Amino acid sequence: MSDNIIEVRSLVKTFGGNEVLKGVDFTVRKGDVTCIIGASGSGKSTLLRCINMLETPTGGEILFHGEDIMQRKSSVPEYRTRVGMVFQNFNLFYNMTALKNCMVGTRKVLKKDKATSLKIALDYLEKVGMSPFINARPRQLSGGQQQRVAIARALAMEPEVLLFDEPTSALDPQMVGEVLAVIRKLADEGWTMIIVTHEMAFARDVSNHVVYMQDGIICEEGTPEQIFQNPQKQETKEFLARFMAG
Amino acid sequence: MSAPTTFIERIVFILENRGMSMLQGAGNTLLIAFVSTVIGCIIGFIVGIIMTIPLDKRDNIFKRIILRVVRLILHVYIEVFRGTPMMVQAMFIYYGSIMVFNIHMPFMIAAFFIVSINTGAYMAETVRGGILSIDPGQSEGAKAIGMTHVQSMTYVISPQALRNIMPQIGNNLIINIKDTCVLSVISVVELMFASRAVAGAYLMYFETYTITMVMYLAMTLFFSRLLRYFEKKMDGNKSYDLATHDTLAHTSGMVSYREEKRQ
Ligand SMILES: Nc1ncnc2c1ncn2[C@@H]1O[C@H](COP(=O)(O)OP(=O)(O)O)[C@@H](O)[C@H]1O
Ligand SMILES: [Mg+2]
Repeated sequence: MSDNIIEVRSLVKTFGGNEVLKGVDFTVRKGDVTCIIGASGSGKSTLLRCINMLETPTGGEILFHGEDIMQRKSSVPEYRTRVGMVFQNFNLFYNMTALKNCMVGTRKVLKKDKATSLKIALDYLEKVGMSPFINARPRQLSGGQQQRVAIARALAMEPEVLLFDEPTSALDPQMVGEVLAVIRKLADEGWTMIIVTHEMAFARDVSNHVVYMQDGIICEEGTPEQIFQNPQKQETKEFLARFMAG
Repeated sequence: MSAPTTFIERIVFILENRGMSMLQGAGNTLLIAFVSTVIGCIIGFIVGIIMTIPLDKRDNIFKRIILRVVRLILHVYIEVFRGTPMMVQAMFIYYGSIMVFNIHMPFMIAAFFIVSINTGAYMAETVRGGILSIDPGQSEGAKAIGMTHVQSMTYVISPQALRNIMPQIGNNLIINIKDTCVLSVISVVELMFASRAVAGAYLMYFETYTITMVMYLAMTLFFSRLLRYFEKKMDGNKSYDLATHDTLAHTSGMVSYREEKRQ
């Protein structure tokens, strides 16, 4: 029995005539922290959204514990409870407080009782350092605080994999650190994560697997040392050079 | 008792003798307008939500056919009731149900039915607009924690849409308070019906309708204020309490995370 949680095989996604993913293959094992880097428009978000079924793949397959998610017997919503997602723009529910944001999933989707759900929400809000703000509504919080609540909301479902789509790209520079610190902590605790990021130093420190995407394919992948210190492909070298310079 | 001569005296006279019946009429007006607005909103939400269910190529053929048919029927409903005067609808439904089904609807039931159905047709479009105006990120956030379409509508989208369309709901309520007067054509004893009876009995038209005007205005002003108040309530507190008495807060990492700086 392999401990592969997600296997992406020859994944293709087209929007109209535009082929955004052109056959992507990669594997995520339990405990892996995979960082996906690459220029904007290279298909990173689309890849994550396919994994979470927010987009329907056009071709290829995505296996979750060896089972094709397109053909799973259980429903798509049930699958999503096991694959959490954190968005660039947080997407917290504006009609709920921070606490309610973190409780609604366990209460209404997982049908846990109120006390359990409350305890879970408080635990994860504490983990992300947002306990003092449980009564605040999203619009009353800073971007960094909102993103930390969004992470707590995803954690509360206790998913097997967490997907992060540029979790700090919408933040003011002084708030990036607090969010990255939370993600780093999750990595230390052994959560399995796939993180799309432009924070190269963070990617190097936190991940054990780095994927460089370009034009809808995986151009190069490997350990952080391989990618950042000793990239093989010319494209990767150029991308990193541009990024480190800029 | 001498006959009242001045304007004021006549008004007092009408109020003393028929004030109660006018108030009862006003009470019915309010009852019909309020209940029908509530029912109309519920209809509007149901129709509006059905109109915004996403259709996916992966959905099975039956679901797609049923949804198409239901939507067609709802479209017809909306167009018919928005496109004809309520007075005509009232007569059509009231006399139609007698002729075709041999059902004599009690006047009040007919009133609730007609105004609700009418409001529903307007609200359906308002709700649809309200739902479409919510940031798609909200429903993606809901999907991402495993909510079904119905759950996401119930807990996330509808409450926000409801808040956004509160002004239109208020508008509808006020329109309904005024427009129930057309129901007097099917003998519903609302304020207009009562006023007509009073004015005719005493031949004091100007005085009676002065009172009627004031009563309508009082009702609409009251409800527009009440709705403002509700809107404020729905927005919640302007500020929030820091939950510092929460035992967890003391151990929270608020401060400790700061030490890790971006490189
Ligand atoms: N819903 C969509 N419809 C059409 N084109 C899309 C859609 N989503 C993404 N794209 C296109 O797919 C390409 C890759 O987008 P994306 O996955 O968001 O890239 P990245 O996240 O790496 O910046 C872009 O050219 C973008 O314009
Ligand atoms: Mg992106």
